[in-house]
Amino acid sequence: MKTFTRFGIFLMLVLLPQLTYALDAPSLKGRVSDYANMIPPEAATRLEQKLAGFERETSNQIAVLTIPSLQGDTIDQFAIRVAEQWKLGQQGKDNGVLLIIAQAERKVRIEVGMGLQGVLPDITANRIIREVMRPYLKSGNFDQGIDVGVDAIMAATKGEFKAAPQDAARRPARKKTSYTTIFLIVVVAAAICGMISRYLGGAVGAVGLPLAASMAFPGLSMMMLVLLALAGLGGGFLLSMFLAGMSGGGFGGGGFGGGYWGGGGGGSSSGDSFGGGGGGFDGGGSSDDY
Amino acid sequence: MKRFVSRISLPLLLIVLLSLLSGCGYNIMQANEEAVTAAWGNVESAYQRRLDLIPNLVEVVKGYAKHEAETLTAVTEARAKVGSMQVSKDVLNNPESLNKFQQAQGQLTGALSRLMVVVEKYPDLKANQNFLDLQKQLEGTENRINVARERYNKTVQEFNTSIRTFPNSLTNSMILHLQRKEAFKAEEGAKVAPKVKF
Repeated sequence: MKTFTRFGIFLMLVLLPQLTYALDAPSLKGRVSDYANMIPPEAATRLEQKLAGFERETSNQIAVLTIPSLQGDTIDQFAIRVAEQWKLGQQGKDNGVLLIIAQAERKVRIEVGMGLQGVLPDITANRIIREVMRPYLKSGNFDQGIDVGVDAIMAATKGEFKAAPQDAARRPARKKTSYTTIFLIVVVAAAICGMISRYLGGAVGAVGLPLAASMAFPGLSMMMLVLLALAGLGGGFLLSMFLAGMSGGGFGGGGFGGGYWGGGGGGSSSGDSFGGGGGGFDGGGSSDDY
Repeated sequence: MKRFVSRISLPLLLIVLLSLLSGCGYNIMQANEEAVTAAWGNVESAYQRRLDLIPNLVEVVKGYAKHEAETLTAVTEARAKVGSMQVSKDVLNNPESLNKFQQAQGQLTGALSRLMVVVEKYPDLKANQNFLDLQKQLEGTENRINVARERYNKTVQEFNTSIRTFPNSLTNSMILHLQRKEAFKAEEGAKVAPKVKF
């Protein structure tokens, strides 16, 4: 029995830090992520459209998040974690704004990206909460409160940036192309050299694969690179043998290394879904009760 | 056939050696150290932002709360102490001076939070728009400081790990000689909640 209690205490001590660990950032549902069900669907759709139009015009990304409870976390710390994960705003412009409402704690926070803190300083963010949103939120008029808050944020941040054509275009494709093109170049090079000699093909694979991998994922360990070199050697060699075996075949290396690279290329989104553009946050903004 | 293999194996060996060099962590450790320096810059500017706010804040509070001279003096003195510190980049390589820096800033944090408790007694002051704005700015600044410190600690951890793990540790002890860096510890002042006296 004694050992049981001891074990129980031990278990509690081990588990406690995890239990009290801060609330995880929820996944990005869209421009309006209404986890607390505070906004009626048609109002949410309207809000989404308004925010999408605003991004097309100014490239600023504004997102709204409602959560049922902070579960003991502070809204400031929760907000920065969400902002870091969602990466609202365009890369280099850092022009994202996150509006968070925690229902149980009756707290609002406007988290402002670094590029917009000039036009939307903490004071302005706080005034938007207190003077514009609070009257509506207090009376339970959540969708309207959020709507006027978003309008005020848009009015404040309108003039700062203009949308450039590459802002929306470069986002979904960027990561994918860089990985796969490097990889394809390696495969094609290995295939061409493999037609001359299979050793040459193997050599190209042995060099190319770790090289491509270290370009795509900087910071790979030496072990990994050596393993990749060996894999590339084998792959290039096999590819050469395969090509030599085929009488007049074209390049059929599509499945080569697919297991490893599939993870890197996957997860790209379709054109109309919303994702953060890589904007940075530094904890600026303001929070208040409602 | 044999000659062909040996002709191929020489460049192959060279190439493997090259990839070993990029795998020894030389560049990664340098990059990680630069990341620490950059994160430190953000920590400093966040603290500087707070320093710049304080005179205005003290001025506004003074107008309403003349009886709180003691608390106000504590803030002013703590600020002066922080301001007089010469913080250079070698703080990063010197745990002691980082400790001193943190201690001085912690005292200022404590003095400020006591001031913010004291002002609760003055409804006129709390209703003052100017004070309200300053209070919100201070809140935002404290939050920025927290974020900057957390990010700094993260880069320090990454850097320390990168110089201590094999094979980087070998490269470091032979070529780079980078020192382990010190992270921020939990704030001393934050543990002692200010007492409320009415």
